[in-house]
Amino acid sequence: MTDHTVKAFDDDINALRALIAEMGGLTEDSIDKAMAALSTGDVALADKVVAQDARIDELDANIERLVVQTLALRAPLADDLREIVAVLKISGLVERMADYAKNIAKRVETISAPTRVEPLSLLPSMARIAREMVKDALDAFAARDSKLALQVIERDRAVDDFYNSIFRTMVTFMMENPKMISESAHILFIAKNLERIGDHATNIAEMVHYVATGTKPPEREKATLIETGLEN
Amino acid sequence: MSSQALPGLEAHAMASRAPTDWTSDAMRHRIARRYAAERRFKFMGLLAILISAGFLAFLLVTMAANGLRGFTRTEIALPIDFQRAAIFIDPQALKMGNPDQVLAGANLPAAIDKAAQDAFGPEGARLISASAVRSVRNAIVADPTILTRKVTIEVPASEGIDVAAKGKGSEADEANVARLRQAGVLSSGFNLPFLTASDGTDPTVVGIWGALKGSLLTMGITLLLSFPIGVFAALYLEEYAPRNRWTDLIEVSINNLAAVPSIIFGLLGLAIFLNMMNLPRSAPLVGGLTLALMTMPVIVIAGRNAIKAVPPSIRDAALGIGASPVQVVFHHVLPLALPGILTGTIIGMARALGETAPLLMIGMRAFVASPPGGITDPATVLPVQIFLWSDEVGRGFVEKTSAAIIILLLFLLTMNSIAIYLRNKFEKKW
Amino acid sequence: MVTSPMADMRNSDPKMTARHVNVFYGEKQAIQDVSIDVELDEVTAFIGPSGCGKSTFLRTLNRMNDTVPSARVEGRITLDGEDIYASGMDVVQLRARVGMVFLKPNPFPKSIYENIAYGPRIHGLASGKAELDQIVEKSLRRAGLWDEVKDRLHDSGTALSGGQQQRLCIGRAIAVEPEVILMDEPCSALDPIATAKIEELILDLRGNYAIVIVTHNMQQAARVSQRTAFFHLGRLVEQGPTTEIFTNPREERTKDYITGRYG
Repeated sequence: MTDHTVKAFDDDINALRALIAEMGGLTEDSIDKAMAALSTGDVALADKVVAQDARIDELDANIERLVVQTLALRAPLADDLREIVAVLKISGLVERMADYAKNIAKRVETISAPTRVEPLSLLPSMARIAREMVKDALDAFAARDSKLALQVIERDRAVDDFYNSIFRTMVTFMMENPKMISESAHILFIAKNLERIGDHATNIAEMVHYVATGTKPPEREKATLIETGLEN
Repeated sequence: MSSQALPGLEAHAMASRAPTDWTSDAMRHRIARRYAAERRFKFMGLLAILISAGFLAFLLVTMAANGLRGFTRTEIALPIDFQRAAIFIDPQALKMGNPDQVLAGANLPAAIDKAAQDAFGPEGARLISASAVRSVRNAIVADPTILTRKVTIEVPASEGIDVAAKGKGSEADEANVARLRQAGVLSSGFNLPFLTASDGTDPTVVGIWGALKGSLLTMGITLLLSFPIGVFAALYLEEYAPRNRWTDLIEVSINNLAAVPSIIFGLLGLAIFLNMMNLPRSAPLVGGLTLALMTMPVIVIAGRNAIKAVPPSIRDAALGIGASPVQVVFHHVLPLALPGILTGTIIGMARALGETAPLLMIGMRAFVASPPGGITDPATVLPVQIFLWSDEVGRGFVEKTSAAIIILLLFLLTMNSIAIYLRNKFEKKW
Repeated sequence: MVTSPMADMRNSDPKMTARHVNVFYGEKQAIQDVSIDVELDEVTAFIGPSGCGKSTFLRTLNRMNDTVPSARVEGRITLDGEDIYASGMDVVQLRARVGMVFLKPNPFPKSIYENIAYGPRIHGLASGKAELDQIVEKSLRRAGLWDEVKDRLHDSGTALSGGQQQRLCIGRAIAVEPEVILMDEPCSALDPIATAKIEELILDLRGNYAIVIVTHNMQQAARVSQRTAFFHLGRLVEQGPTTEIFTNPREERTKDYITGRYG
């Protein structure tokens, strides 16, 4: 793609992309750290995740300011316009994903180490998929790759299936172990957070597709969430 | 990143050259030379204007000095005793019939000569002009009762006396003038007949009116022919003519025509109007036709430039709301081009007014003693009249020539003023 | 050329059509195989870089190219179905039905009243002075100029400000009750306030006329038009609904031009 005649316009867009990349990197790291803290019970690590969220929020605010400036000064059109709008939305989505990571980190404390709840072992696998979705979605954005975006959207199914499985498992566990209901509840919430992370990554992928092609991706078959009986 | 303004807006790399030193000696010297050049240029311009004005002033002063005297004439108070003079005129007959016819038979000239001799001595008849008859006749016609008594009539002095009275005469005449002055009968008055009479042999009684009327008629014909034809030709060439070899040829031809020496137009007039078409010789009609041929290219060229100067946006605007080409031309282009066309017309007419050579060729050099009655009567024009008078031997004609030049200049000035007034009236700001 | 998906929603024929139009200035070809429709009740914008032929093509729609001796127009352009380049077509009448507003305001050097009244007068649209007065008032009101000039109708048209002059020219164009109004960069010489007033005027006029506007300013095209056509090097690269062209154009060249990647 050729550069803009006004070079400063390219600089603006590159700055925004760099911010998104930084934000995405920090969020992926937050998810990793949160899950690591969860499996080892490392409270100090969990605290780092909480601190990192402040930085991510600051990045989100910067991006919003820069987007407004670019809209005012450059009056972008066509794919530039779609990209700027996408940047704004993606920023919000990434910020919320970071919030979920923080949420997970906060629960590390309450799940005491000796209590090794069996379903806990499912969570890292789920987290891995979700985290890869985030990485791929942001990579797709960087490369304006609509095919990669579509792949990400496909994987959401797997995350949803994981969630359903964990839900069923936890419900059974809670019925069998009433004393561990508190911890179980936390685990459910953690699973929910991961599922939401997957959803937001999917939304990011949809935005990427829109930027690249100008249309939203075709309607996909969505998993039915077990808790509601409705489509996700 | 948070407090950064939009990236990319930082200053471009600063130029690596030092700022210009405007106070160094070399720079100051350059600046001084520049101002000196400006002053020199202004001075030369002023000098050019002063020289041109000087020439003009010289012309005007010389003409005025020589010519103003032409507007005055010396008159002698001549006592005539009609009762004693051998004149038999019946006052009744005067009233009934044609005065000139009646007076013709009365032998006035002899009576006047006798009266002069009686009053001023044996040379008396020589002192008064031959056209004294006219003055006496006018007096009689004005008041026939004078035929019954003795009266003093102001009659024009002869050429010799007139010239002597203005300081350039022969010795004898000077003596006579002194004598007459002593007697108190010499006076100077405004030379009205100069403006009302026509050419003649006696410089004291020649007038410019004949030539003036001839000029007016000739100019009228010239304007009537060259203006419409010139303007329409300019309009056609600019608005309608296709751009091809033929129109280029026409354009070149017209430009050349404007530069052709005027005497060639005279030859043309001679060949076509006089020899081929047998029009009356030396008539304002022929003069006007010849001058029209000469003036038309000037009007066409000025007209074309004026029309070209009308901005195409006006034409586009008119065409855009559905005006036809003719409407565009007459409602929009022509009114805007009119000041320029009128300027060209002024230039052309001024040139035509002063033309002598072509009119000489078509015969307007004849001695014409009475003003033309119509455009087919023989006539002469002001520049030709000036030329003829300047050729005359009599000293009295010198001042008359200059006076005629003054009249010509006044005519020119009037014509230009009218045209400039018209041009300003039509000038629209756009 | 791809026809707009909206075309099949219309139940009336386009006001003006152009099919396979080629325009030559002498040997040089300025317009190549352009086909487009102009609909009543709609503002169509022509955009494109300098020298791409949009003004040239605009001028073919009311045969203003006839004034250029070396211009030659091929193809078929119709107004209400009639070929405007046919030998029987009255050019004067055509230009009254298809009016034009130019880049630089060009009021006649006459009074404001005369500027508006000239057109109706030469076309015989008014039967008397009273009717002419009415036409002048109506046109000036429609052009949004009446309140500003009603007390000085006999002042010179050239004494107005630039924006007022352009509105006067628009009023002059609509005084002859055209069916189509062509505007060649009408706001290029005006300040933002005057531009905004004229854009508002265009939106007002849209209901009664088919309007075609050539503009360099893409934001303006986006603001006032419903259809946009992108010209490049004498060809019509893309045309379609304005929102589509400016948010998701199909052609790479269009996208490059409107995002400022041109050149």
